[in-house]
Amino acid sequence: MCLAIPGKVEEISVENDLRIGRVNFGGVVKRVCLDYVPEIQVGDYAIVHVGFAISQVDEESARKTLEVFRQMGMLDEELADEAEQFARAAAVRPSHCPDGSCEPQ
Amino acid sequence: MPENAGAPDFANWACPLPLKDYPAIVMGHGGGGKLGNELVEHLFLPAFRNPELENLGDAAVFEVASGKLAMSTDSFVVQPLFFPGGSIGALAVNGTVNDLAVSGAEPKFLSAGFILEEGFALNQLAAIVEAMAEAARIAGVRIVTGDTKVVERGHGDGCYINTTGVGQLRAGILVGPTRAQHGDAILVSGTMGDHGMAIMSVREGLEFESPIRSDCAALNHMIADVLAAAGDAVHVMRDPTRGGLASTLNEIAISSNVGVEIDEMKLPVRFEVQSACELLGLDPVYVANEGKAVFFVAPSAADRVLEILRAHPLGREAARIGHVTEQHKRLLVARTAMGSNRVIPTQIGEQLPRIC
Amino acid sequence: MKYLTEFRNGEIAQRIAHEIAQIATRPWKIMEVCGGQTHSIIKNGIDQMLPPGIEMIHGPGCPVCVTPLELIDKALAIAAQPGVIFCSFGDMLRVPGTQGDLFQVKGRGGDVRIVYSPLDAVELAQKNPDHQVVFFGVGFETTAPANAMSVHLAKRRGLKNFSLLVSHVLVPPAIEAILSSPGNQVQAFLLAGHVCSVMGFWEYPPIAEKFRIPLVVTGFEPLDLLEGIRRAVVQLEAGTYAVDNAYARVVNFEGNHPAQKLLGEVFEVTDRAWRGIGVIPKSGWRLNDSYRAFDAEDRFQITGIHTEESPLCRSGDVLRGAIKPAGCPAFGKECTPRHPLGATMVSSEGACAAYFNYGRFLSANELAEAGSAWTEAAHA
Repeated sequence: MCLAIPGKVEEISVENDLRIGRVNFGGVVKRVCLDYVPEIQVGDYAIVHVGFAISQVDEESARKTLEVFRQMGMLDEELADEAEQFARAAAVRPSHCPDGSCEPQ
Repeated sequence: MPENAGAPDFANWACPLPLKDYPAIVMGHGGGGKLGNELVEHLFLPAFRNPELENLGDAAVFEVASGKLAMSTDSFVVQPLFFPGGSIGALAVNGTVNDLAVSGAEPKFLSAGFILEEGFALNQLAAIVEAMAEAARIAGVRIVTGDTKVVERGHGDGCYINTTGVGQLRAGILVGPTRAQHGDAILVSGTMGDHGMAIMSVREGLEFESPIRSDCAALNHMIADVLAAAGDAVHVMRDPTRGGLASTLNEIAISSNVGVEIDEMKLPVRFEVQSACELLGLDPVYVANEGKAVFFVAPSAADRVLEILRAHPLGREAARIGHVTEQHKRLLVARTAMGSNRVIPTQIGEQLPRIC
Repeated sequence: MKYLTEFRNGEIAQRIAHEIAQIATRPWKIMEVCGGQTHSIIKNGIDQMLPPGIEMIHGPGCPVCVTPLELIDKALAIAAQPGVIFCSFGDMLRVPGTQGDLFQVKGRGGDVRIVYSPLDAVELAQKNPDHQVVFFGVGFETTAPANAMSVHLAKRRGLKNFSLLVSHVLVPPAIEAILSSPGNQVQAFLLAGHVCSVMGFWEYPPIAEKFRIPLVVTGFEPLDLLEGIRRAVVQLEAGTYAVDNAYARVVNFEGNHPAQKLLGEVFEVTDRAWRGIGVIPKSGWRLNDSYRAFDAEDRFQITGIHTEESPLCRSGDVLRGAIKPAGCPAFGKECTPRHPLGATMVSSEGACAAYFNYGRFLSANELAEAGSAWTEAAHA
């Protein structure tokens, strides 16, 4: 459920009784209802689902998350225990077989 | 979104005199009498102008060099009739030209059959015919015979077109979906998904603004260049129209009884096409193309073919995307950006936008 | 695309997967509830990247799949009526009812239209005052605000020809039902990120506490999914059972207040039948008294529906995570995407369709071999 993608708010206007934004999703622009994100401004990023902005992207948080990801695994070069951990994890019930036909060992 | 985005300016169409009395199609236009003749004389003939057509016989008569002929037919029912980058008219010519070209033939002559709905605006028909004439001129083919029928209001979508084309098969060229071989390199002549997403962008209920334009184009000249350079190293050519690249590659895998592998990271997709697919939950590999070709070539010729494609205006973004294998026969498998493998099955029915 | 593409970096994905392999010392079973997450996991082969002991169980997070058969049959009946414009998201068009699907109704002359947003349906109602416009309001909490706004607007604008066919389902009761069912093997949950962007995650600490199970709010891109799984494994290894937010750039604890406010004004909680699972108490929303006039079920009073599921279909067992799709005897035989017996094979989020479409009918060996000769052949 929930195909919602981030887009940049480029323009905000009021149409009839709704607050509508022109939101740019990587070069594709749709009119989106902004009534659920009253604080959003032009230049902000919204998460949009079926023509409604349901959340605003916290850009600082996104930056931090990506930074954490980039750092991950860079300090740990030792793969020696990995083989042992694989073996332990696999010992009980290998259910990784994509077609589900594996037998427990 | 305006109903006919990309349509020419109808308001300023200068209508030839007799047709002015009938701004819209009436049943009489399909009746073969005076009204029908007026359409031919004042609309079709001036647009398509060529000696074969001007004979106005029941059949067009033309000469061909000896050897084999190829023939292809296609009907065009697209809605809307005009869309960013093209129209039903351009599709009607280019679609059949391309089917002949990917079969290894040099397209020569086309027929054009129209089924028009009573009430269809004449200036729209004129714009469609003009688009066909232009496409035929660029492709170097002649529309030599045709037919017009009219159906009652409500029994047609404005305009349906059928084109049938005849082409001359090149000596020594034998391409076909059964001819893929283990080790063949798989090339595409450019970006995937442009046409289908251009149509989506103007489809009622799903419209969006974007710079996406249909890639509708005649491929015969580019293909002629490829065949001239690589000859029988080219084993298969197809244009991935309905069902997109995925359906075409699946068909070839099954016809040739081989496995097909592609690398998703190598597939050329326009930035905005990808974005539009994200918006609607669609996969570019299933989206239709109308100006692209897929080539299966012997690996030794792959670099040369790529060079030829990129030298042509229609093939600037050509890319090598995969190869033929003896494993997982009859299946198309793609390597994802994550390094995992996924099977890409043939599309069932129309790909639908999703919310999940 | 900004804030999307960065979270699909293959190299970083491998690093997170490596982290998971480093910290996992025992096998664990984790369920993702959301169908969009199932789709992304299978399409990107995320489960192929996990160490052998970590198993993803695909939950009933596909609102398309769990829409009760009776409601599908009502939808088909309404759509077939003259004078009705029946609007729906694309997902629903191929879901099989007892006799056919919406596509087939369209083929027989029904006016069935795919729309991107419920607002498009409202606009259609305004443009076609002589037709009854019905919108098929299916979904989890993510879609509910959009559907709520559509009836709210219809009411505000005085539209007499707009109605909503409602089938909203809620995530927290579903999670509780799964955790309470005998034989449950799920040890941790990835919570549906976009559901939580609307509702927040304040509903989940009591569940985590009651069942002593870690719950991680997770996004949809490969990096988000892997990070959600990693954080679940961290807790499982430590024996903790907190609610953790791994999708902080979009989700906060409280959720979207304006949305929750309108949801409260338009909907009320009700028991709902989940196709293949049965009735889960208080697991759905329906229009409340002030909006009942816009309820399509009331407006159209369809009777005489005789629902009949295929006896071969085991989608219920699949949805509860009891069996994998390939464990169903009909999988790939009587039941394929071309001839689906149940909803899990129709929707691309359905576990059965996802498995079938992404080649999970191949053995692990075959799928691995599929990419084996890459480097050599590709550059021959």
